[in-house]
Amino acid sequence: MISLAGDVGGLRLRNPLMLAAGILGTTGASLARAGREGAGAVVTKSVGLTPRDGHPGPTVVRIGVGLINAMGLPNPSYLAFQQEIDLAREGGVPVVASVFGSDPSEFSQVASGLVADAFELNLSCPHAERYGAEIGCQPANVEEVTRAVKRAVGAPVWVKLTPNVSDIVGLGLAAQQGGADAVVAINTLKAMAIDVESGYPILGNRFGGLSGPAIKPVAIRCVYELSAALDIPVIGVGGVGCWQDAAEMILAGASAVQIGTALSGGYQVFRDIAAGLSKYLVRKDMTLEEMRGLARRRS
Amino acid sequence: MRPASSVIREVLEETESVRTLRLDHSFDPLPGQYMMLWVRGVDEIPMSFSGPDLITVQRVGPATRAIFSLDVGDSVGVRGPLGTGFSLTGRSALLIGGGVGVAPLAFLGERARAVGMEVTSLLGFRSTSEAVFLDRFRRLGRVVLTTDDGSEGICGHTSAGLCELDPSAFDQIYLCGPEVMMWDVIRRCQGMESRIQACISRYIKCAIGVCGSCCIDPDGIRVCVEGPVIRADRLTAGEFGRYRRGPSGGPDVCKSVH
Ligand SMILES: Cc1cc2nc3c(=O)[nH]c(=O)nc-3n(C[C@H](O)[C@H](O)[C@H](O)COP(=O)(O)OP(=O)(O)OC[C@H]3O[C@@H](n4cnc5c(N)ncnc54)[C@H](O)[C@@H]3O)c2cc1C
Ligand SMILES: Cc1cc2nc3c(=O)[nH]c(=O)nc-3n(C[C@H](O)[C@H](O)[C@H](O)COP(=O)(O)O)c2cc1C
Ligand code: FES
Repeated sequence: MISLAGDVGGLRLRNPLMLAAGILGTTGASLARAGREGAGAVVTKSVGLTPRDGHPGPTVVRIGVGLINAMGLPNPSYLAFQQEIDLAREGGVPVVASVFGSDPSEFSQVASGLVADAFELNLSCPHAERYGAEIGCQPANVEEVTRAVKRAVGAPVWVKLTPNVSDIVGLGLAAQQGGADAVVAINTLKAMAIDVESGYPILGNRFGGLSGPAIKPVAIRCVYELSAALDIPVIGVGGVGCWQDAAEMILAGASAVQIGTALSGGYQVFRDIAAGLSKYLVRKDMTLEEMRGLARRRS
Repeated sequence: MRPASSVIREVLEETESVRTLRLDHSFDPLPGQYMMLWVRGVDEIPMSFSGPDLITVQRVGPATRAIFSLDVGDSVGVRGPLGTGFSLTGRSALLIGGGVGVAPLAFLGERARAVGMEVTSLLGFRSTSEAVFLDRFRRLGRVVLTTDDGSEGICGHTSAGLCELDPSAFDQIYLCGPEVMMWDVIRRCQGMESRIQACISRYIKCAIGVCGSCCIDPDGIRVCVEGPVIRADRLTAGEFGRYRRGPSGGPDVCKSVH
């Protein structure tokens, strides 16, 4: 079989498929399981300074074309999370700690309190007050937070961007300027669903983030624009559920691909996509490297 | 799926703190499966089916208190049926339940009788005033009852009733109730784990296997979709009976709440 291995954002990966942040990432055991079931790396649930229970339910609503979630960044705080990262390592693949905070010093405190193979800065969650996209919408904040965390930790730092802005490339350039080793695009699109029988917004938090097939075209566009403008790798995420989706991300310029919502169909999605990608590369007589960003060279 | 709207047809008072609600349509669940019940404006919580169109709710906190304020004609949001159900195998079943955990077992016992199985029940409650569904279980076969305060039946925890029965004489044992009770029974039935099915509880949020809230150590089983009914031989080596995670994902020691 053709190799899918490669270096991405400071990590050596056996394949470019990762478990996305916040998906089955609360416990070391579920993260390790993703590694054992074929993921090339795993990203944890986003963790912050203090414990949070998250928003009241419903926390997710499935709509025809995807999922809207408002989990509300539940986490036991970074102080209680190192044990989960250590267990996650037993899955045999790199473990990326997703962290969030309300300012550069909070981000640095959380990241420097954890030992992980890399850090992913959640500057993009669309449904938690004072966190995520509330600060990640401003390029100046993105740059400042990235620089602070880069100073505080030795491991590679990735920055996860929000698509809920008019210019995501500006955010990507700010992350690069701040010293990021890669950007991750995209987090969910801010969204809402209303119960027709009762008139109530369905999510406990009213607003949430849309993921799944519905957002893939937006994610593809963002990855295409970002990879054209940045020198650092772009990790694509949003609506990937089969090998064709992953191929589309890579053709748009992604160095690796994260998978989230599609896990609701089970962990075998990693092996299925890896097998499909390998066959595709053989059929096209191409390497992963040659495939990356091909769509940009075609236009 | 979006939550469907379901109207409450009937409210049955079981005890001072337990009520059964009949909803306006059957969800065609397997016993052991659950629904996510949305009390609009409050929260969405997991509830086992106690019949095809029934749920049986114990009042413990904000969401269940809100359910107690609902009446016939009010509606709730419902996602389900969800998760795995009990599987009926063999010819004789021993049902072991504690507290409101007996609710899915009554439903299961009725299905078991309908396919000709023999049903024996071991039921534990804090006190006779908290017993639910005794009549439903008595219609199915022999019932061994325990109460913590000795007000009826054997005085003691549910497992005290095991001395009246030979668990190894049953083809399959079905468990639902407080975790310490289930853990106690599983330990006393050593060697029979592959014949025990337990309906367990973890903090369920998404109920579709993505958020990670319900995963249990050491294998990362997603209780919301790969459970809540899990064979006991998959429960002995990790967190079950020892600790459980709360809404933040941080572990708490298993309280003795029987
Ligand atoms: C698969 C499953 C089936 C269940 N079936 C029944 C049933 O048939 N009848 C019944 O009375 N209860 C059942 N429960 C428990 C019920 O979901 C909780 O009692 C309820 O969520 C409490 O909510 P609250 O707001 O009233 O109380 P809170 O004060 O919010 O919580 C009280 C306790 O309930 C538990 N709990 C709260 N929210 C959740 C949640 N989202 N998921 C799991 N546990 C939670 C926690 O242990 C908590 O300590 C079931 C739980 C699960 C997981
Ligand atoms: C239930 C759920 C929880 C999520 N939690 C986080 C999180 O904690 N941190 C984060 O950066 N992204 C989080 N995300 C966003 C995903 O990592 C991903 O960016 C998004 O879902 C798009 O990918 P997908 O379509 O493959 O799901 C979450 C998504 C979902 C559906
Ligand atoms: S409750 Fe979300 S994965 Fe089970």
